[in-house]
Formats: sequence, C-alpha cells, structure tokens
Amino acid sequence: MQENHASQGLRERLVVVGNGMAGIRTLEDLLAKAPSRFEITVFGAEPHPNYNRIMLSPVLAGEKTFEQIVLNDRAWYEANGITLLTGDKVETIDRAKRTVTAMSGRTVGYDKLLLATGSTPFIIPVPGADLPGVVGFRDLADVEMMLEAAGKGGRAVVIGGGLLGLEAANGLKVKGMEVTVVHLMPTLMERQLDRSAGALLQHELERRGITVLTGADTAEILGNSCVTGVRLKDGQELPADLVVMAVGIRPNTELGKAAGLACGRGVQVDDAMTTSDPAILAVGECVEHRGLTYGLVAPLFEMAKVAADRLAGGVDSAYTGSVTSTKLKVTGVDVFSAGDFSGGKDCEDIVFRDAARGVYKRIVVKDSRILGAVLYGDTKDGAWYFQMLKDGEDVTAVRDTLIFGQGFGADGAANPNAAVAALPDTAEICGCNGVCKGTIVKAITEKGLSSLDEVRAHTKASASCGSCTGQVEQILALTLGDGYAGESKAKPLCKCTDRTHDEVRRAIATLELKSIPDVMQRLEWRTPDGCHHCRPALNYYLLCQWPGDYKDDGRSRFVNERMHANIQKDGTYSVVPRMWGGLTTAQELRAIADVVDKFAIPTVKVTGGQRIDLFGVKKEDLPAVWADLNAAGMVSGHAYAKGLRTVKTCVGSEWCRFGTQDSTGLGVQLERLTWGTWTPHKVKLAVSGCPRNCAEATIKDLGVVCVDSGYELHVGGNGGMHVRACDLLCKVETEAEVMEYTGAYMQLYREEARYLERTAPWLERVGLDYVKTRLVDDPEGRKALNARFLFSQSFSQDDPWAERASGAVDRHEFTPLAQVG
Amino acid sequence: MDQQISWVSVGSVEDIPRQGSRVVRTPAGEIALFRTLKDEVFALEDRCPHSGGPLSQGIVHGARVTCPLHNWVIDLASGEAVGPDEGCAGHCPVRVVNGVVQLGLAGFRSGGCAHE
Ligand code: SRM
Ligand SMILES: Cc1cc2nc3c(=O)[nH]c(=O)nc-3n(C[C@H](O)[C@H](O)[C@H](O)COP(=O)(O)OP(=O)(O)OC[C@H]3O[C@@H](n4cnc5c(N)ncnc54)[C@H](O)[C@@H]3O)c2cc1C
Ligand code: SF4
Ligand code: FES
Repeated sequence: MQENHASQGLRERLVVVGNGMAGIRTLEDLLAKAPSRFEITVFGAEPHPNYNRIMLSPVLAGEKTFEQIVLNDRAWYEANGITLLTGDKVETIDRAKRTVTAMSGRTVGYDKLLLATGSTPFIIPVPGADLPGVVGFRDLADVEMMLEAAGKGGRAVVIGGGLLGLEAANGLKVKGMEVTVVHLMPTLMERQLDRSAGALLQHELERRGITVLTGADTAEILGNSCVTGVRLKDGQELPADLVVMAVGIRPNTELGKAAGLACGRGVQVDDAMTTSDPAILAVGECVEHRGLTYGLVAPLFEMAKVAADRLAGGVDSAYTGSVTSTKLKVTGVDVFSAGDFSGGKDCEDIVFRDAARGVYKRIVVKDSRILGAVLYGDTKDGAWYFQMLKDGEDVTAVRDTLIFGQGFGADGAANPNAAVAALPDTAEICGCNGVCKGTIVKAITEKGLSSLDEVRAHTKASASCGSCTGQVEQILALTLGDGYAGESKAKPLCKCTDRTHDEVRRAIATLELKSIPDVMQRLEWRTPDGCHHCRPALNYYLLCQWPGDYKDDGRSRFVNERMHANIQKDGTYSVVPRMWGGLTTAQELRAIADVVDKFAIPTVKVTGGQRIDLFGVKKEDLPAVWADLNAAGMVSGHAYAKGLRTVKTCVGSEWCRFGTQDSTGLGVQLERLTWGTWTPHKVKLAVSGCPRNCAEATIKDLGVVCVDSGYELHVGGNGGMHVRACDLLCKVETEAEVMEYTGAYMQLYREEARYLERTAPWLERVGLDYVKTRLVDDPEGRKALNARFLFSQSFSQDDPWAERASGAVDRHEFTPLAQVG
Repeated sequence: MDQQISWVSVGSVEDIPRQGSRVVRTPAGEIALFRTLKDEVFALEDRCPHSGGPLSQGIVHGARVTCPLHNWVIDLASGEAVGPDEGCAGHCPVRVVNGVVQLGLAGFRSGGCAHE
C-alpha cells in the first residue's frame, strides 16, 4: 500500500498522536530533512498548540505567561501544511486498516504512525485520591487549576519531593499559599541528589517558608465533596485546600497496548524507534527503550532525531540510550546532577564544600573518567562536567583541580595562598565576627602576632565557628613569610576533616548545626558520609547539644549501642539487666533463671560491676529475652553504652558494723539519677560506706566515700588499662548535695570532654582546679549544669529494651531479610 | 556469563536501612546485604576476613563497612580489606531490578573472593 502511494506519486500519510514536546520535535527534524515527503496530521488531546511543558513551572510561579512558552503556534502548522486537530484524543488504532479513530469520531488513515503520547502523573491509590482539589502537575489545565486555588490563598500539600513536586511547591508558595511537601524518602530528590545536597536543598526550601516532611507516607486524602486535608500513615493530619500529586509519572501506553503493540512499562521500541509494528514508531516519555523509560526532554530529543531520520528514509541512524542530567528550576536554588554518582569499587569521590557560599560539589571519577556529578549552590560548571561525562573524556590532566571547575587555573590561582593574597583588605574573612583581611594583617604586623591563637585572641577572627581557620593561617603565612612557623596543630577529629573535636563542638553550638549532614556540609567534610570515627562522635555531640531536639542516628552508632547488647566474638550477644546499686531480688533471679532455660543461654556470669551477664544470646532472640526480663521489671543495664554503666555499692550502714551512711541506698539513688545518659565514654560510679572502701570508689569516674560527717566526692578515677586513683573534689554534708554535684559533674563531662575520652584523661587535660572552679567555687554554675543534666535526662530515660521488645523500634535489626535454599 | 547466573529475589531495597545491612541465610552461609547512603546495594559473606566478625553489624560509610569486632575496614564492592590489613570477604553477585534485590547465589562460595 505504501509502495502504491509512492508509485502513484502520492505523498505518504503520517499521523502523529500527541502534540507534545517529543512528537513535534520529531516533525521539526523531519521537515528539515524531507519537507514534502509526508502529508501530516497531528492529534492533540490538549486544546492548545505545542508548548514547552518544562516551562509550566515558571508559569505557575508567575515568571512567564502561557504565550511566552508556546513553541509552535497554529500558523506554524499551517505554513508547513500540517493538519492540527486539537482537543481530540485518539481512542483506537486499527493496524490492519491502518487508521486511527479519535474521540470526535474522526478516522484518519496512515502509512506511518508516530506515537508520542507522553505520560500521565501517577496518582497514588489512597482513599480520596479522586476528590476535587487533587491535581497532578502535567499540563496547562493543571497549572490553571493550581493558580485558581492559589488565588484564594489557603493551604497546599504537595505529595512528592522530586523535581516536579518541589517546583510545584515553590510556585504555590510564591503565589501566596502555605505549602507543605510530603516526601516518602528521608531526603528530597533522592534519585538525583545525594544526602548532603538533599539536606541543603531542604534547608533552603524551609528558609523560604515551605514545610518539608520527609519519611512521610500518605494514608488518605480527606474531604467529602472536595479536599480538606491529608492524613499520613503516622496519624498526622495536614489541612489542605489543594493537594498536588507529584510522585512520579506513568507512560501513556493504553493506545498502543489496545492495538496489540509490545508494551512493558512503555511502548517498546528498537534502536530505530520502531515499535513491534514496522509501520508504527514511537518517541518520548511513552516509550520504553532497552528496558528504560525517560522523563526528561534531552533523551526525547535524541529519540526525535532518530525517528525523524528513519521517517525520512534513513537506514543507519540509531538511538542507543541516554545519560541524563537534571536541573531544578526554582529561581535562586542551583541544583545540578548527572550520571551515576553512586560510586563503588575503584571509584573516587572528589568532594568540595564551601560552607560560607553554601556550595557543595561532588564528582565521582572512575578509571580517570567522570561517572557522575552532584552540584549544589554553584552549578555553572554542570555543563562542562556533563560534556566530559558523556564524552568519556580522560580527566587525568585536570584531575587535581577538576572540582574547582572549568575556569580554575586559567588565571594562575592554583595556589590557594595566591587566592588569599589577591583579596582586598576589605574582604571579610571571619563571617561570625565580621573581621576583614586588613584588620587581621594590621594586628599581625602591629602587635607582632605569630600564631593562630594570638590572632584569635586579638581579632576574634576564627574564634567562633572556625570555618575561616584555613584562611587566617594563610594570612599569617603571607604576612610573616618565613617568620611563620605554622601551627603545632591539635589532632583533627579524623581523616575526614582538619578540625579538632573542640572546633567541631564549638561550631555545632554557635552555628546551630542540627544534623550530621549539616555538620559535614558547614565544616567542609572531605568525605560524603564520614567514617566510623567521626560519625559516632558527631552523633554524640549533636545529641548532647540538642537534647530532645536531635534525632539519634542509629546508623552512626557502634553495633553494641545500636543493638543495645554487647557483641561477642562469635556474633552472639550478651545481655546485662540493670541491678540498681547491685541489689537484686528472688523474683529477679527467678526471671533470669527462667530466661536462661527458655533460650538455652550457655553462660551466666556475675560481672565485676555487680550484676549478672547472660552470654551467647542469639541476635534474633534478643527482643524475646528482653520482653521476659521487662516483664519481671528489669531494664537494660547499658553494659554496651558510652553512657552510665554501673553504680557499685557496698552494704553500708544498713548491715555493716563500720558503715557510716546508707551507701547502698545512695548508690540506688545515683543510678536512678544517671541511668540512660549518653556520655563521651563510659561512666562508672560507686559508693562506699566508709573509708575501707569496699566498693572501690576511688578508681571510679565518680566515687562517693561516706564518712561520719558526710560524703567525700572523688573524681577522675579509672581501673582498666591505665589505673588512676581519683582526686578528691570536695566534701559535702547531705545526700541532696551529692545528687546535685553528681548531675553537674556528669554534665560538665558531657559538654566538655572529647568523644572517647574517659573522665580520667579528661581531668588530667583540663586539671582538677578547673573542675573545682566550675563545680565547687561556682554554686550558680553548678546548679545550672545540674539543671541541664536533668533536662537532658528527661529525654533519655526510656528503656531501649522495652521499645525494641515491643517490636516498635528497629525490628529489622533482629531478623534476617530472607532465608533461601 | 550473565545467562548462567540464576537470580533469586530476596526482598526490596527499602527493606535494608540506608547506611545499614540485612542478612540473608543460605545453605552456603550468611550473606550480608549492604545499602549505602547512595542506595547502592552490595553483598558479601557475613564474615570478616580477620576473625569472622559479622560485617552486617558494622558501620557503613561510603562504599565501605567497618567490622564491629576489631575495626577492619572492608571495601563493599570487592570484599577486600582496606590497607594495611589484608584479606577478602566472600562476594556474591547482586543486582537490583525495579527495587527488588536479587542474589546470584550460584556465583557465591563461602570464603571466595570477588577477583578469583
Ligand atoms: C562483663 C565484664 C567482665 C566481668 O565478667 O566482670 C566486662 C566485660 C567487658 N569489658 Fe570491662 N567488663 C566488666 C567490668 C570492668 C571493670 C570493673 C568495674 O567496672 O568495676 C573495669 C575496670 C574499671 C574501669 O572501667 O575503670 C573494666 C574495664 C574495661 C576496659 C578498660 C577501660 C579503660 O578505661 O581503660 C574496657 C575497654 C574499653 O572500654 O574500651 C572494657 C571492655 C569490656 C568489654 C565491653 C569488651 C568489649 O568491648 O567487648 C567486655 C564485654 C562484656 C560483655 O560482653 O558483656 N572493660 N571492665 C564486667 C561488666 C561490668 C558490668 O556489669 O557492666
Ligand atoms: C511541570 C513540568 C516541568 C518539567 N521540567 C522539566 C525540566 O526541567 N527538564 C526536563 O528535561 N524535563 C522536564 N519536564 C519533563 C518534560 O516536559 C517531558 O519529558 C516532555 O514534555 C515529554 O515529552 P512527550 O512528547 O513525550 O510528552 P508530552 O510533552 O506530555 O506530550 C504528550 C502529548 O500527547 C497528548 N496525548 C496523550 N495521549 C493522547 C491521545 N491518545 N491522543 C492525542 N493526544 C494525546 C498529551 O495530551 C500531551 O499533550 C517537566 C515536565 C513538567 C510537567
Ligand atoms: S578483661 Fe579483657 S577479656 Fe576480660 S572481659 Fe574485659 S575485655 Fe574481655
Ligand atoms: S573480625 Fe573483623 S576486624 Fe576482627
């Protein structure tokens, strides 16, 4: 039939279904190659000529009008002899007769058919999803509906924190709505951005007044005749006048499927963009090629080129798949991502963070080639990286300065000192304290300063968050020349950073950093997610700084603290229930005996900490063992924690003929006060009833020795590897004072010791006198420390075993994912 | 080579916590599945080459895991200890198809190494 036409000199008939970006781009390319080969008819379901769908976001945000985004107006179709049938959806294809029939009843015959039906927003199938006021974000009609809703003000909930959802959220916010983004995953745009960039983006959106809920799953859309809100699976209800669903797209395959074309997720095509029927081609988002579907225009345009060439009679052109890059179109937020940034073996991560400018860049390099890139805050080199990525260019020559971008090195700025030298005197170096370069140089020359500490003392530069420390050192080096000896640097926290523990802690407080990714970004970590040294430390510092506010990161805890049990060399665990002050009862012992029998626990041992340890418990038995112990009133003994371990006691005045005070009772009180706390390293207390000291109180982190006239408080002792006897802090008269001093001492240690520094080395570092000035000489300060300790304890005294035994927390830790074979 | 592997589905990527691990029991031993921050999935024998520690219980950072027993650091892609330590945890072919994790168990030998 086709040959017939050609031999009769008639033009072949091409019908295009879908008047969108891919279909019309194919026509443009085709017209350029073979302007008069086809008699062309285009069906479009939308009532508009072809427009730039991408630009709907700026239309929503009021930055563009619809007229400005039209790509081809009706005159263009006319000029090219194309019949355009808008507002008429094609409903069937008759492949035998080679005709299509549209909603209007119109039937048009074809020799070649091009499917370019795009995709539709995926609407999650929750109750209420079909209520008026629930809208996708796909076409002009959706935008018009959103603009109408926004005109009335009120609240919008956007479901989905991907590209489309965030552009919708931003647009609606700009238009005056109160906007909440509900996102299932822990970070925004997780498919395009890594966690660092995702967190930065979230902060920026929050700064703009958009509420972002991550890890939030929608249960139901509320409302009777129209939307009134959204209920999440955790029970939270969000009032809403408009709900935008932007959780993903689904290729439009109905037409092709109904016609019997091979379809998977999309209409399947080969490298010639031809479907299983040689007379039918397909392009755009409706297509599945080599198992992949695409949702961005760049690949669609590549497909269009091949389809056009094939339609024009070409035989060689082939589409072989695309590498994609993404940019978010929210004015003032620069986000770029491309390729595969997941890394893996032999991959190198090059990370650059410039906290002051809010910049984060990560390039993944493998075998000297760029595999992927994520840029936040400074995306001007995105295209450069993307080109090298697509070309598979060898980057060895530029490897060292790659991360600084294309312009780098051109002006000889490769030496970082040169960059600082080039700064004018008025350039601000220390943002926290507003100190300019000139001020620092002047202080160095006039006052004869020669070290970082002196500069800090005289100018305050780098004395707060410390993020300008490197620049201040460069200024010292530049000003003093060879006269600058450099810093005898305190040891950095770990290899991921140059900063010391103290600098990091100070920055967490002064910059109000509230999450691990925040700290890593602001303090310019060199690795994407740290290592086993820094992550537990940061988790502790954040927990200590923001009690009740910071959400503990289990993935940054050593296994014992994550599992709430001590791992043994064969991978089983030991379980130590708390025995307050070393006391137990027949009922507790019976419960322990029952647990041992029931779970066939191989070893039971009395510990050096005056309690009972059950060894060899299988991981999957832990929750059940805990449940049984809980039932008898026992809780975790935290034998695994950088936290309070035991309070050892002796019998004291209740029974002992030498006892001066109730050492057992006081020990129980102290354990009730301090259990559950997280500390830089483990903490052990003891109370002895007289100076015979049977509870070995003078080698404990805090030991109380009871005497006739009161209580001696001993601090900074250690058994273990380097035995250190305590120093006497002071003597007090009442139990209440013991309690207050203990709380204050714990808090001082919590706030000022470095992670993994026990009280003994801490005390040696800061000196007994310092601790005395804070606790003994300053009653107000002591009370304040104690108050902060009690406040923090109000969040930490939940039994971690009970939470897990009930199955509510971390269930996945205890069960295998699967059993095969 | 790809055709010879028969793939067994063991669960979805979402079942493995980010920066965490889950274990799959097989007749040839326990396999630890790791999911990194960037959602890559790796599978190693759940035995540290040093002294048999359960790698699934370690801290996952980058594409590495630190063994919970004595802090050896193991590269997730190759199973090899990161220098100066030497040793290799058995490695199992793994892939993710539409969010489902699949193991190529025939390719898994206890004590085997990725590059052998
Ligand atoms: C069970 C126990 C031994 C016993 O059978 O008695 C014990 C067992 C362990 N001790 Fe201990 N220590 C035990 C009392 C002690 C004591 C005595 C005490 O508390 O009165 C000391 C010396 C006192 C001290 O800490 O100052 C002690 C000093 C250590 C040290 C060295 C600490 C130091 O600062 O030098 C370590 C290593 C470490 O923490 O890094 C350690 C570490 C360990 C670990 C956690 C080793 C590990 O990381 O796997 C052992 C695992 C226990 C488990 O699986 O349950 N254990 N350990 C005792 C548990 C007490 C309890 O009820 O919680
Ligand atoms: C708000 C928004 C922002 C975006 N931003 C970006 C971006 O920044 N970068 C980027 O690369 N991509 C972006 N995209 C994606 C991009 O717009 C799409 O990838 C592209 O438009 C797909 O082209 P297409 O021709 O396959 O589908 P469409 O452009 O959707 O065209 C398909 C057309 O076919 C019509 N149709 C469907 N079925 C029938 C039928 N049976 N009969 C007749 N007509 C039918 C539809 O009504 C539609 O008009 C964005 C998309 C949206 C919605
Ligand atoms: S002394 Fe050594 S062997 Fe004994 S329990 Fe303590 S850490 Fe283990
Ligand atoms: S068993 Fe893994 S480090 Fe020792």
